[in-house]
Amino acid sequence: MLSARNRELLGLVPVALATAAGFAGVLIAREAQVNDLTVTYGAMFLVLCLVGHLFIRWRLPDADPYIYPLTASLAGIGIVTIYRIDPELAREQAQWFVIALIAFMATVVLVRDISILERYRYSIAIGAFILLMLPRLTGGVVNGAYLQINIGPLSFQPTEIAKLAIVIFIAAYLAETREILVTQERRFLGISFPPLGFFGPMIVIWAMAMIMLVFIRDLGSAVMFFGAFLALLYVATGRLSYVVLGLAMFIFGFEFFSQTVGHIQARADIWHHPLDPALYHAEGGSYQIAQGLFTMSDGGVLGSGFGQSLIRVGGDPILPAVQTDSIYALFTGEAGLIGAIGLLLLYLVFIERGLKTAMIARDAFSKLLATGLTFVFALQVFVIVGGVTTVIPLTGVTLPFVSYGGSSIVANFILIALLMVISDNARREDAEIGGVI
Amino acid sequence: MNKPIRRVFFVVVFLFALLAFYTTRWTVFEARSLNQNALNKIPAQKNAKKPRGAILTANGRVLARSVKRSDGEYVRRYPQGELFSHPVGYSFAFYGQSGLEKYYDDRLTGRTKSVGSILDQLLGRGGDEQSMITNLDRGAQQLAQTEMAGRKGAVVVMEPRTGRIPVYLSIPSFPPAAMGTNAGVKSLNSDNQNSPLVDRVSDATYPPGSTFKVVTATAALDSGTMTTESTVDGNSPQTFASKPLQNDFNQQFGPTNLETALTYSVNTAFGNIGVDLGPDRLLEYMKRYGFYEPPPVDLPPGQLLSSGLRRGGDLLPADANFDLARTAIGQERLAVTPIQMATVAATVANNGVRMEPRIARAFRDDYGRTTLKVSPERATRVMKPSTAEELNKMMRKVVEEGTGGAANIGDLRMAGKTGTAEVRGGNQAWFIGFAPYDNPKYAVAVTIEKTQLFGGQVAAPIAADVLQYLLRNQ
Repeated sequence: MLSARNRELLGLVPVALATAAGFAGVLIAREAQVNDLTVTYGAMFLVLCLVGHLFIRWRLPDADPYIYPLTASLAGIGIVTIYRIDPELAREQAQWFVIALIAFMATVVLVRDISILERYRYSIAIGAFILLMLPRLTGGVVNGAYLQINIGPLSFQPTEIAKLAIVIFIAAYLAETREILVTQERRFLGISFPPLGFFGPMIVIWAMAMIMLVFIRDLGSAVMFFGAFLALLYVATGRLSYVVLGLAMFIFGFEFFSQTVGHIQARADIWHHPLDPALYHAEGGSYQIAQGLFTMSDGGVLGSGFGQSLIRVGGDPILPAVQTDSIYALFTGEAGLIGAIGLLLLYLVFIERGLKTAMIARDAFSKLLATGLTFVFALQVFVIVGGVTTVIPLTGVTLPFVSYGGSSIVANFILIALLMVISDNARREDAEIGGVI
Repeated sequence: MNKPIRRVFFVVVFLFALLAFYTTRWTVFEARSLNQNALNKIPAQKNAKKPRGAILTANGRVLARSVKRSDGEYVRRYPQGELFSHPVGYSFAFYGQSGLEKYYDDRLTGRTKSVGSILDQLLGRGGDEQSMITNLDRGAQQLAQTEMAGRKGAVVVMEPRTGRIPVYLSIPSFPPAAMGTNAGVKSLNSDNQNSPLVDRVSDATYPPGSTFKVVTATAALDSGTMTTESTVDGNSPQTFASKPLQNDFNQQFGPTNLETALTYSVNTAFGNIGVDLGPDRLLEYMKRYGFYEPPPVDLPPGQLLSSGLRRGGDLLPADANFDLARTAIGQERLAVTPIQMATVAATVANNGVRMEPRIARAFRDDYGRTTLKVSPERATRVMKPSTAEELNKMMRKVVEEGTGGAANIGDLRMAGKTGTAEVRGGNQAWFIGFAPYDNPKYAVAVTIEKTQLFGGQVAAPIAADVLQYLLRNQ
């Protein structure tokens, strides 16, 4: 049987072919001449993939062989789609890939032992909190939410990094307290309640979610963080009642604030009636959602073809935020339902690999961290795709690896670095035990 | 801890299934309605990137064609100005489409085609545009427009045997080019006085007045409720539904047969016939004629109205109570489209078989090859041939001796029925008919809003002149 790394290399071949085909498709659709620069982007992307692979061979020889090719294929879809939107953006995105790959390598080198993170959990938590509050203090409003800070020409969305930090903290906290949670639970009316001392941290996390909702005005991130917390709580304790309790708290908070905070109420309205002409024409109304739906319907089952969806006419955007929030709508418009399902399946396989890693990991912290990272990743896909397709109200988060955006790419490469470090450890232990026997 | 992790995965699978379902909803289940949503400018925008096929009259005069602008986009030109705005419609990026332009959009743009490669499919390339030959006749349409002389209303002509539509005129009209500019759209949309954008042939309903008596007579004869010999009381006034009903000038007809009743448009006689028929039979024949469904003409569904008993903007449910006698003479809450009344005349002319109206005749590709022939569609048989023959004779008598005398010109040999319905601000004048009665080539409906005159005075001459023109220039 092939070694893990050779399987990984083999997995990169279809990625390379598909990406090359994608670039070619966009070129044909534009009827532009094949110029050196465009070929360079494709080649550069493939070289980056290869560099990453060689690094993994060196530092993480036993890590899961599928995570990296899956990442590469998602990123390939992203760079082709962004290239199709604007070659200049693709150039910037390619540069972000370089930075993200460096961040990936740095993470692997610095976090050789995953338990380092467990040790610094409180510092990480405080860091996350500061990161979250920064945009409210300094930053700009994106889609009615405070999500980014602007440093000169660079804008940076700290929620992306905070996402990782919070998951690390929760995993570390639960790894430590899970015994107590289960052994000191109280039963009241036949329902298991966690010990009182536990309520403190739980309320802190709930409060953070509510702060995101009300002050940062970001339902998407609130759902992601609190969702990841509940999933980890369930995995750590096996108590469904805790999850129900947490969910009830979240829904209560959401209901309460959506009655009292105008912004959230307005979001719900445009979510329910995106095609209402009054809401469609209103400032900050449903224009973006409706245009996303129109773009998807234009694509139908087979898609309208690469480069065929309309993005703007003259200066007016037909599809706002096309390279970030709406990229799923654009991709569905051009690749059709078939392409969209394919994309969702890629994500699903990625998530399966992440949870598989969690299942083979040996210690509680690794298990919880791998689950948390994977689940928060899954929720991010759900929040943005669900927002674009009106499963839930739209909030602007990126589609991981596909959307344009530096902070998102960097954060997600750190995420896979952590996953692969856990995977490498777990699988090496497996291999060593196997060797002894 | 692995069991809960596995369950977490199932939660993710469920969430992703939701995403896949919603994506399917927008790309498949609701794609059509989204594509036709008025807010959706994408279809029209995409069309601007490609030329559209021309639209031509039956004789090859250009009604619409695409011109390439300096920026590479195509824009539509309508060389006939206001003359054909309602049937042809318009097609502009951002302001949308209407009429034939919208209904046959797929063919005009070439999206519908016979052969295509997989690469074309992947890259979203369609076929080449096709041009459309219509049944419209520029001369007759022009004549109708001249004779309407700016009075609001409609003229529609139909070939009884094929359903072809050579004349389709709605007054007032609008220059289609105006729908390509912001200011034009705004001013046309806000002109509530004249409502020039409303298609008065198929998208407006009027009280039919006595032209509806043709429908009542059809039901009476064909169902056997009356024969050509049987008579009803034609004295005036008589009481129906506890209210008195009079003949024009309170004229007394005594025992009246169907022919006399139609020739002189005797209200009380038809009131009695309506009561004898009963609601079910009358509604049955109305439905056979095409009432209670949108006219099956080749125009977009959004701009078609169904004829029938209406309350406010809606059709009355079929089981609602109504005044039979007054329905039978075209009053009550009856509201009809001119194209429906032209269909009534055409059906009698075609031996009782109703044809679906068609404005388009054929499509051609760039090489002049015919890609589609729009063939005549038989809707249904409304009545027995013998019934149609009797009605034909009676309608001829209306023109020869009765209220439709103004249509009895030259060698036209017209048969028809007049109608005048009192509305607020005047009369709704009508004439429906066909010619020549012994070998019908054309059926017609003419209606004029808010005139002080009767249908026989204003509508009948226009109908006669337009049909005479068509017959002479066949």
